[in-house]
Formats: sequence, structure tokens, C-alpha cells
Amino acid sequence: MARAELERPALPREPSDTIPIAVEAATPAENRLVLWHVYTATAALTLGALFGLLQGFSRAGYLAMPAYFDYYRMLTAHGVLMALVFTTFFITGICTYATYRSIDRPGRSLVLAWGSFWLMLAGTVMAAVTILAGNASVLYTFYAPLKASPYFYFGATLLILGTWGVAIDIVANVVWFKRRHPAERIPLPAYMCATTFIMWVIATLGVVAEMGILIPWSLGFTSGVDVELTRMLFWYFGHPLVYFWIMGAYIIWYTVVPATFGGRIFSDALTRLSFLMLLLFSTPVGIHHQFVDPGISAGWKWLHMLLTYGVVIPSFMTAFAIFATFELAARRAGVRGFWNTIRFLPWRDPVFAGAACAMLLFIPGGFGGLVNASYSMDVLVHNTMWVVGHFHITVGGPVALTFVAAAYALVPALTGRKLFAPNVALAQVWLWFGGMTLMSLSMHWAGLLGAPRRTAEVSYLGSTVAQEWHPQMVAAALGGTLLFISILMFVYVAVGTRLQNQVAVVPPQFRFAPVDERAMPPPVVFDRLGVWAMIAIALALLAYAGPLVEQFSQPHFLAPGMRTW
Amino acid sequence: MLHIHRYERTWLSFGMGILVVLLATITTAALVEGFVPPSRVQTIDPTKVSQTPPFDHPGLHKISDGVYEAYYVGHVFAFDPQKIEVPVGARVTFYVTSTDVEHGFAVPETGINVMVTPGWVSSVSYTFKKAGSFLLLCHEYCGTGHQYMFGTIVVK
Repeated sequence: MARAELERPALPREPSDTIPIAVEAATPAENRLVLWHVYTATAALTLGALFGLLQGFSRAGYLAMPAYFDYYRMLTAHGVLMALVFTTFFITGICTYATYRSIDRPGRSLVLAWGSFWLMLAGTVMAAVTILAGNASVLYTFYAPLKASPYFYFGATLLILGTWGVAIDIVANVVWFKRRHPAERIPLPAYMCATTFIMWVIATLGVVAEMGILIPWSLGFTSGVDVELTRMLFWYFGHPLVYFWIMGAYIIWYTVVPATFGGRIFSDALTRLSFLMLLLFSTPVGIHHQFVDPGISAGWKWLHMLLTYGVVIPSFMTAFAIFATFELAARRAGVRGFWNTIRFLPWRDPVFAGAACAMLLFIPGGFGGLVNASYSMDVLVHNTMWVVGHFHITVGGPVALTFVAAAYALVPALTGRKLFAPNVALAQVWLWFGGMTLMSLSMHWAGLLGAPRRTAEVSYLGSTVAQEWHPQMVAAALGGTLLFISILMFVYVAVGTRLQNQVAVVPPQFRFAPVDERAMPPPVVFDRLGVWAMIAIALALLAYAGPLVEQFSQPHFLAPGMRTW
Repeated sequence: MLHIHRYERTWLSFGMGILVVLLATITTAALVEGFVPPSRVQTIDPTKVSQTPPFDHPGLHKISDGVYEAYYVGHVFAFDPQKIEVPVGARVTFYVTSTDVEHGFAVPETGINVMVTPGWVSSVSYTFKKAGSFLLLCHEYCGTGHQYMFGTIVVK
């Protein structure tokens, strides 16, 4: 943001028909807290990216990982570091920051926030060391009855309990605000963060319950596990995990991106509505990851497919709001026409360019998701490279690239320093876009040919069908290389920004766009988050009651489990 | 009440339209053609698979002309049977279970794709219309030798 800031010292004056979102002054202590979240996320991203690069070469047949650090250990580390650690720490950081910045609370205590951070970090270190030592090569889904060291399950549980602390902190700030200002609406950024974390707590109840089964079993207190039950609990959490990432990215798309070109948030009410829909449609959908599992009737799978498609509505609303924001800002500046509107946008600003690339990647990502979520088409792609392509073009594209772009605004604001090497930052986001497009499209293609995911080596002793997907695996490795270089460039800019001694003359600001006042005020009922949380829980119970009753009405057997690596 | 701009209503109707068409197609295919994912609900003691019929005799069993049942047991890191041969046009119903950890059962180019869960029996049917040698592979990570867990289905 710093560069754009300098080129355009005065953002367009806020017109009289907007409601600015107050940006409260940050205290150095709060900045330090958020920086630690961002540092941890960046460290996880960097190590995860190195493993990703090596995986690409392994799958293309150019590299055989040594027995003392085999492919599956590396794959587990990549999945856990990227999907669970990088994303979670960035979201806890940005949501803590956005909540604090939009709720002015003098003398705010940071004890809970710091305690939560250290709990998350301790859990992460415990799980990561266990994985790297080779005692938990169970991939990030840790499907029982693969039996990892108890330290892995303990570490993952601590990480999640730490995020509950962050959730309590965010909600406590919102409650404090509502008590102080009963007539006012919850500030939009804080509202979005609170919704995201309420959803997260409801979702993580599933994985914590699963840990309640796995921990005693891994310690030897129980003799076996009910495998389908643990799979259902995992995916009850595993899909909302995806929406947790997406909501983190949406917060930035809705509130931060318009500020890069002096735009306004299209509609406060519709933004809140789309977040409420994400809260409701996140949890009752997990069985769409289990479409080809035994033990769940096709009827329940159909129900979860139906509810999964519910997410199309907030996605389309978000797409509309983003393009409307672009066009309205351009028109206010006297710019008309499609290409002129495109040219009007601040493409030289890495914050905007990164987020825009992320949005572009989400279009194929979303449509690919429609295929996975269809219970008949999923049979063609389940557990193939298609799925790997899909989650890279969603979480690895739209989400991760949005976080990287946001970091270009956030790190200068937190450190008071100018963005280091903004041209490198700009090249970085485009390289990411290119690398991700090449890698994920190749993966989708390989998947359609039948290449399985989660497999160290896919030549099957020269099987003919395996030869068909080899060129795609080579292209994916090339795309992965571009992505790795891009991540190194990000680290260069982020570390450079922190280490350089160039304190900006005008302290870089982290801005939220103002809300367009011509859009109507949000209905009061949207702020009743407790009620919405209850509805979300009720929906989840309804969607899972049938499948659970069905499973428990069968004779039941436990699997003893083993370590197979 | 919420006011939604005319353009946005049109756009959301377009999104809803996609959904309705997609759901109608999928649901019709399910109800009329029986096109649903493999969803068998049957349990089995994973520690006693080798004593439980029909998995005590894994392999291909002919039911009638062109109709077969194949019982497969998955374990680290192989399928039993490793190889089967069926005539062109055979309708084969596969029953698969696991004695240890989670496995997968997939045959590229056919749409045969099901999870294999210890404690449960999975089932999927397919008619082999094309002659050739098909690769059967485990598509769920099951341990160090996962990439060596594959078999062959010969159609001739």
C-alpha cells in the first residue's frame, strides 16, 4: 500500500454520502501481537512451500525422497503447515487487528490474546516437531486408524484451543461495543470477524470431539476406533475449514480492497447477509467429502449436496459487490466503459493487484467446486489430482494470495515502515497468478485422466494409463517452481520491510473503505449473532442426525489401528 | 426489508438458475437412471475379515452369464485378488473391505471410485464394455508402500 499511498497522497475525499469506518489508532502493543501472528504464518508458508516444491518434483518423477525423510512425511508437513497453520495464524492475526481497529476500546487487555497466541504456537511446534521427526505421517486429514504419536494429536488440539481464545477475545470486544453503544450497529469489520469466528468455533467442535476419541486411543487407553465416525467428525470440521479461509479472504475483499482505489463498500447490509449465509451453510455440508464412503446412504449424501450448493448465493453476492464497487468508484471519478474501468483500477499497487489476481483465480475455483459438490460427478474426480488442483486454485490462489496482498498493507502499517521493493511485490503477485494457473490446471487435467492424489510416485511400473498423465505432472512441477520463487520474493519483501530502517515520513495506514450510505442500513436482526449461531447449530444437528442414527443402527466394530510408515 | 438492486436480482437469479438446472439434472439422473454414488451400508468386523464369508474367499465369482461378483480385501499394501479376468460386456459388482487402515479402490477411465473403510463393506457395479487391461489402484494414503498398492483387471 505504501507506494500507492505516496503516489496518491490524498485518497478521494470522502463524499458526504458515505459512512467512514472508524480506524482507531493502534497501540504498539497491539501491533506487536498482530505481527507475531503474521510472522508465524509467514514462517509456515515458507517451509510449506519448500516441501510443496519437492513434492512437485517427486510426482513428476525427477526426485526420489530418501527413506529418512520420505514423501509422506513431507506431504503431511506441507498439508499441516499450509492448510492448518499458515491460514489459521493469518486469519487470527487479521481478524484480531480488524476487530481492534474498528472497535475503540480504551485500555484493552491483551492478556487473553497473547495467551491464545502462545497456546496456538505451542501446539503448532509440538505437532510440527512430531511430524518432522517422522512420528505422524498421517497427512493433514489424520484418518484413523493410521495411528500417530499422541504428541501430534495433543499439538493439533492445543492449536485449536488457542483459536478458541482468539474467538472469545473477538466476541468479547463486540459484546463490549454493543453494551456501550446499544443503538449502534456492530462496526462492519468486527461484525465479519465475529461471524467468521463463531462459525469456526461451531465447526471445530467436530475435530475436538474427534480428538476426544483419538487421544485416549493413541495413548493405549482404548483398543480401537470407529473409523466412519471419526471420518464424519473430521469432515464436519474439514469443510467449514475451507469457508474459514474464504471468509478471511472476503473480509479483505469487502473492506480493504476498495480502499486501494478510494472506493466504497457497495452495501453494508448485503455484506452482513452474505456472512450470515456463510455461517449457516458452512457446517451442514461435510458429507460432500464422503460421497463415495460406505456407511452413508445416498439420500443423506443428496441432502448435503443440496446444502452445499447453498453457498452459491453468498458467492454470487460477493462477486456482484466486488464488480459494483469497481464500477461505482470509476463512475464517480468520471470514468465509463468496461476497459476504462479496468484501467482506472490501481494495478501498480501490489495490494490491489494481488487481491485482483486472487479474485480471478476464484472464478474457475468456484465452478470446479460445483463439480466436486455434485454427488454423481464427484465419482469421476474423487481422490484424484483434480481435487488437489481444486484446493490449490481456491485456498492456494484466492485465499493465500489475498493474504499475501493484505500483508503488503498490513506489515507497513504494523511496523511504521515503507513497503520494501514494491516492484518486487508487484512482480511477485503476478508470478503467483501464473504459477498457480499452470500448476492447478495441470493438476485438474491429470485428475480427469485418473491420476490419484496423495501418492508418492504415480508411474505404476509403466502402466499405459499412468503414462498419459505424466506430461501434466511435469507441467504441475514447473508451476510449483514458479510459485516457490514467488513465495521467496514475498519473504524478501516482507523481511526487507521489517529490517530496513526507512521509517515512512507519513506513517502507512491500514484503511477500511467507507460504506456507501445510499445503500440501506442493515436490519437490526443481522446483529443478533447469538440467535444466528443457534440457527447454525440447529442446521448442523439436523443435517447430521440422520447419518449418525443410520450408522449407529448397524452392528458396530472398532478398528485397532496401526502405524504403517 | 432488504432492498436488492435490480441488476443484482438478475445476477442472483442467474446463479439460482444454474443451481436449479444442476440439481434437477442430478436428481433426475439419480431417480430415473439410479445414478448415485456407491453408498452401501453394511458393517463387518475388520479383525475377522478372513473368517467372514464371502471375504474368506476373495476373488471373482460368476453369478450367471455376463454377471459377476468380485470380493476384494485391501490391506497394506496390496489388493487380494491382485488380478482378475472378465469377458467383454461383463457386469461386475465389486464388494471391498479392509483389514487394517483406510484404503481406496479406483479404476481410471471407468468411474469405479470408492473408499474402503475398515469395519464397512463398500460396493460398486460396472459393465466392462471395452477390452483391455485396466489399472486398479489404491487412491487413499495408507502408509509407506501406498504407491505399490495396485492391481489389474483384464477384460477380453
